[in-house]
Formats: sequence, C-alpha cells, structure tokens
Amino acid sequence: MMKRLSFPLTVLIFGYAFLYIPIFSMIAYSFNKSSLATTWGGFSLRWYGVLFENSQAFDALMLSIRIALVSATFATALGTCAGIALYRFRSFRGRRLFSGMIAAPLVMPEVITGLSLLLFFISLENLIGWPAGRGVDTITIAHITFSMAFVAIVVQARLAGQDNSLEEAAQDLGARPFRVLVDITLPLLAPAMIAGWLLAFTLSFDDLVISSFVSGPGANTLPMYIFSKVKLGVKPDINALATIIVALVTIGVVVAMRLMTRKDGGKKPG
Amino acid sequence: MNDSGNVYKQHETIAVNTEAKSAPIGHGRPWMDPTIEPFIRVEGVSKHFGDFAAVDRVDLDIYQGELFSILGGSGSGKTTLLRVLAGFEEPSTGRVVIDGVDMAGIPPHRRPVNMMFQSYALFPHMTVAKNIAYGLKRDGMRKAVISERVADVLDLVQMSDFGPRKPAQLSGGQRQRVALARAIVKRPKVLLLDEPLGALDKKLRESTQFELANIQYKSGITFIVVTHDQEEAMTLSTRIAVMDQGRFPQVGTPTEIYEYPETRFTADFIGTINSFEGSVESVSGSEMSVSLPALDMTLQVPVKNGISNGDTVCLAVRPEKIWISTSPPETADTAVLTGTVEDQGYFGNLSLYRVRLETGEIIQVSAQNRERQSERMIDWDATVHIHWDIASMVLLKE
Repeated sequence: MMKRLSFPLTVLIFGYAFLYIPIFSMIAYSFNKSSLATTWGGFSLRWYGVLFENSQAFDALMLSIRIALVSATFATALGTCAGIALYRFRSFRGRRLFSGMIAAPLVMPEVITGLSLLLFFISLENLIGWPAGRGVDTITIAHITFSMAFVAIVVQARLAGQDNSLEEAAQDLGARPFRVLVDITLPLLAPAMIAGWLLAFTLSFDDLVISSFVSGPGANTLPMYIFSKVKLGVKPDINALATIIVALVTIGVVVAMRLMTRKDGGKKPG
Repeated sequence: MNDSGNVYKQHETIAVNTEAKSAPIGHGRPWMDPTIEPFIRVEGVSKHFGDFAAVDRVDLDIYQGELFSILGGSGSGKTTLLRVLAGFEEPSTGRVVIDGVDMAGIPPHRRPVNMMFQSYALFPHMTVAKNIAYGLKRDGMRKAVISERVADVLDLVQMSDFGPRKPAQLSGGQRQRVALARAIVKRPKVLLLDEPLGALDKKLRESTQFELANIQYKSGITFIVVTHDQEEAMTLSTRIAVMDQGRFPQVGTPTEIYEYPETRFTADFIGTINSFEGSVESVSGSEMSVSLPALDMTLQVPVKNGISNGDTVCLAVRPEKIWISTSPPETADTAVLTGTVEDQGYFGNLSLYRVRLETGEIIQVSAQNRERQSERMIDWDATVHIHWDIASMVLLKE
C-alpha cells in the first residue's frame, strides 16, 4: 500500500517538477533521432554532430563565454569595492544615494537599461570617438554595469554577517590597512566573491534584452543566436546546444558550492 | 561638645571616619609614590558621538605592571575609552600618552598596545598557530623565532596541542586562551582586555580569573581590563576605576573602593550598602553633627570640604559591618537599634537579613553562620538588636 504523501512533500514535488520538467524534456529531446522537435524518434547523438558543424552557433557560444568571463571578473572587482564601501564607510556623504543607485539596476526594466546604455554609447562615441561602433566591447561594458550591482549586494550581505572586530584585531596586531584587506577582508569575502562572480557570469551569459540593444553587426551572443533561430522554428540542434549549457552551468555551480563550503568548514587537524 | 539642636533623640556623640587610611608607600603601590612616572596618562579625554559624550573629560594615570580595571555598566563608556587607548577611536578632546609618547594621530597598527576583543576576533580562516603568529609576522620576524615564540605562548596558556586547529574547532574557554595568547605574544607595553571573561560560564570564569592574573604577573605586561563584573574587578585588579556616564566617580584599590566609596553610585554599584540621608545640623571646628531621621539619631562626623549648615548628606554602612543578635548586646559603646526581621536569605556560609526599624527604615545585615545548627537562631518576625561601629560608616557624595 502506498503511503500518503505529506502536504509539504507534495508541494515540493510539484515545485521541482514545474522547475525541472521543461529542462529535462529539453535534454531528452536533444538526444532525439527525429528532426521534428516534438516527436520522439529514438536515441541519437546526431544533433550534437550537427551542432559542432554549425560554426555560427559555436562562434556565438564562444563569444558569450568570452563576454561572460570578462564582465563577471570586472563586475566582481567593482562590485566588491562598492560592497565594501557601502558597508564600511557607514556615514560618508551621499551614502544613501549611492546605495540606492547601486540597487537600482536590480529593479530597472531591462528595456530601459538597454535603451539608456545604447544612447549613452552613441553620445560617447560622438564625443570622444570611443567605443567605435557597437559590438563586443559595448556588450561587455553593459553587462558589467548591471551585474556589479548583484555582486555588491552579495558582498555587502556577507560583510553584514561578519564580526567587525576581525579587521580591527588584524590592525591591532600591526597590519597596515592594505594588509588587513589582503589577509583578512578578502579571504573572508572569498565565498561571497565567488558567488557574486558566478551570478555575474550567469547573468551575462543569458542576457538577451540588453545585449540586443547595445550589440552591433557581427556580435551575436548565444541567447541572441538562439532567439533568432527559434523565430524560424525550434530545431533539435538548439536542444543539444541548450543541454551543453545546462551541463556547463551545473558543473560550475557544483564546483563553486564545494569551494564555498570547504572555505568555512575547516579541515581536521593533520 | 554637642551643640546640635536636639530635634531627634540623641543617642551618642560619635565620630565617623570618612578618610581612607593612607597606605604605606612602597613596592607594588606605584600610584602612592610621587617619584614614579605613570606609564599611561589619560588627560582630559572625551569622545563625542554627535551630541552624546560617551567619555566625558576623564583623567587617569596607570602605572607599569598594573592590572587596572575599568568597571562600569553597559553604556558607561568603558569600551569607548578602551578603543581610544587602542587607537580605534580618536579622542574628541584631550590626549593619551603611553610610555612618554603622545598617541595623537598614531594608528592602531603602530601603537605599543594590543587588544583582546570581547568576541575574541580570532581569524576563522587561520589555524590557532597562524592566528598567534600573525602579529609577529607583521613585525618581520624570522620564521624560527616566530615558531619558538608561538610555542612558548601556547605553553603559557596551556594550549600546546591545539596549534594546528581552526578556531571553529575550539570550545569557548579554549578560544579565550588563544585570544589571550595572540594578544600577549608581541609582548606589548600595554594589553587591553575587553570583557575578557564575559563569554565564559560562571565556573570557568572563576578559575580563568586567577589564571589571567597569574599570566599578567608572569608576563609583566600592564593590563587594562574593561568589565561590568564587580567581583571580577575586585579579585583581579591592583586598582579599579569605576565608570558611570563617561566619567570616573572614583579610582582606587579594590579595598578603597569597597570600604571607602566616595559616591552613592560607587557604593551601590560595588556590593550592597545601607545609606541614610541626613541634614547637617551644625558645623563646629573639624566636626559636624548630622541628623538621620531614618535612624532617629544624630551623629558627630568629621567635616568634609564644602559642606555647610543645612546641607543634605548621606551616611552609609555595609551589611557585614553590622552585628545582629536576638538579645541586647552587653557591651555596646555604640547606638543599638531594635527592629524586626522582615525577610531573610540563607546562603549556607552566611545569612542576609532585612530588618525593619521602628522608623520604618529597612536595613540589610549579613552575618556569618559560624555555628552549625539545624534551626535558625534568627527567624522571620524575630525582634533583633543591631549595632555597628560608627567608624565603619562612610560619608557619601550624591
């Protein structure tokens, strides 16, 4: 006789089903022999082969990874600075304004962000001749702009949960401010910075709206490529592409999680 | 001799000793010796946060090798003063001089002081040994010297086996020792301790108290301890500064603070005291007579500066200075008061009685339980006689 499922468990199962069934069905269909995206024709790796011969898709993937790597790194650096500044210097002039401004991109409609960035880039080009046209550079800058806000908030949250006296203790033991930053602040912030970097990477990697606004001819990110393809009908090779992305993201998240938990747990004495 | 208006029933003409007996000048009491320069001078230091003065124009001289306590309740400004000494806060006025050097503008990492934080502030990502070595590394010492010093100090705090552990793997008491080790390993001129025993449970606190004093003695470092625990301050310190609302109502040895409190705050804050308000009836020569309505008597006490006829003063006596008995004392050369026991507490080694006098005043009396008996001699509602040596009373400022 089957045991009755408790209410919370039922809710949990529905929730997970809602989140993951579309993804799993997409993964399943990426191994579909049939060229019709919605009918099962047996197992095959055919579409992965097709995908690797499709240089357009591959270029888009590489471009997206490149942009995500660069923008996530810059966003982490800038976002960490902003997060520390917001937390540490509690009472500098305009702190409230600054902290409101750093959070604005979180709630700003992407269409607005995209449009304003596009106008900004155009007028900047008219003024100083840089950036020349729209393309990879402008997409990268745009991605840094909106993802650093997320990093700043993650870093700030981590600092808020941390004992202030750690830094004072280091100072008290003779460390100059820069040493305190290197020895104490940054190591303790590492988990937050890694989490922020991953978040920034993901945000950049799947951004479609803002990228479309600030992109120029020849600079097609993966989401832009997929979106343009889907307009002509879903082909199974897109499923294969998406499956690869899911695999990469999963590996990345698992690795990052392990790094983060190891940081705090501490090894047993050897 | 007695020329007071006899408003209240006059029992006796008795002198009250309000002056601290001067202690002999000599070894171990550098504050009594005018030829010794103070090691730390706090001169007119204030610290304002907005309109609020956390520390309000305080002066303090602390001598080398002292274990000096700053005792106060929460919000008294004691931690702020400690942070001023450590350099985490710039004083709003005044200056701090340590070993002849004015500390103005000197950042924490260049001061000859180390601090043990209330939260211990151990670096969670470093092992115990690395935590302790951190300060030495900043001084650019050689590795061999560092590991030797770390081993020595771990030995001193009895934590030799714990070097490779992370702070998260230690108990509260062990963390406290590591924090202490890290703070003294640099052999600072002054060690500042913020509630060093605050996070430990009662039993551990008592044993650690003596260890702390022992380590202070062995290392010879001047300790400045901030605490809210009067017992801790009494047992540990060479001297205590009582702090209240950013000021020091009194600075002195534990005995001075306890036996000769100067203000009502100090007297109440440390131990318990029976205090009685009275008015000055007359001043003549070096004596004045004070009438105490609560006791229904008038006492002759030495004059204090600035007190004149008609002033309100406060006389006080500690509960353990009072004798209590069920039968009238035979040879009492002092006033004997009669009352009933309203409440009593039995603590095993001693008992505390609350005695209501005929005037309605309640006096606390504590007595050693010297004899073993299954029944109490003095019980609720018993009529008792109490008296005390008038010389054990103190005159308190408001």
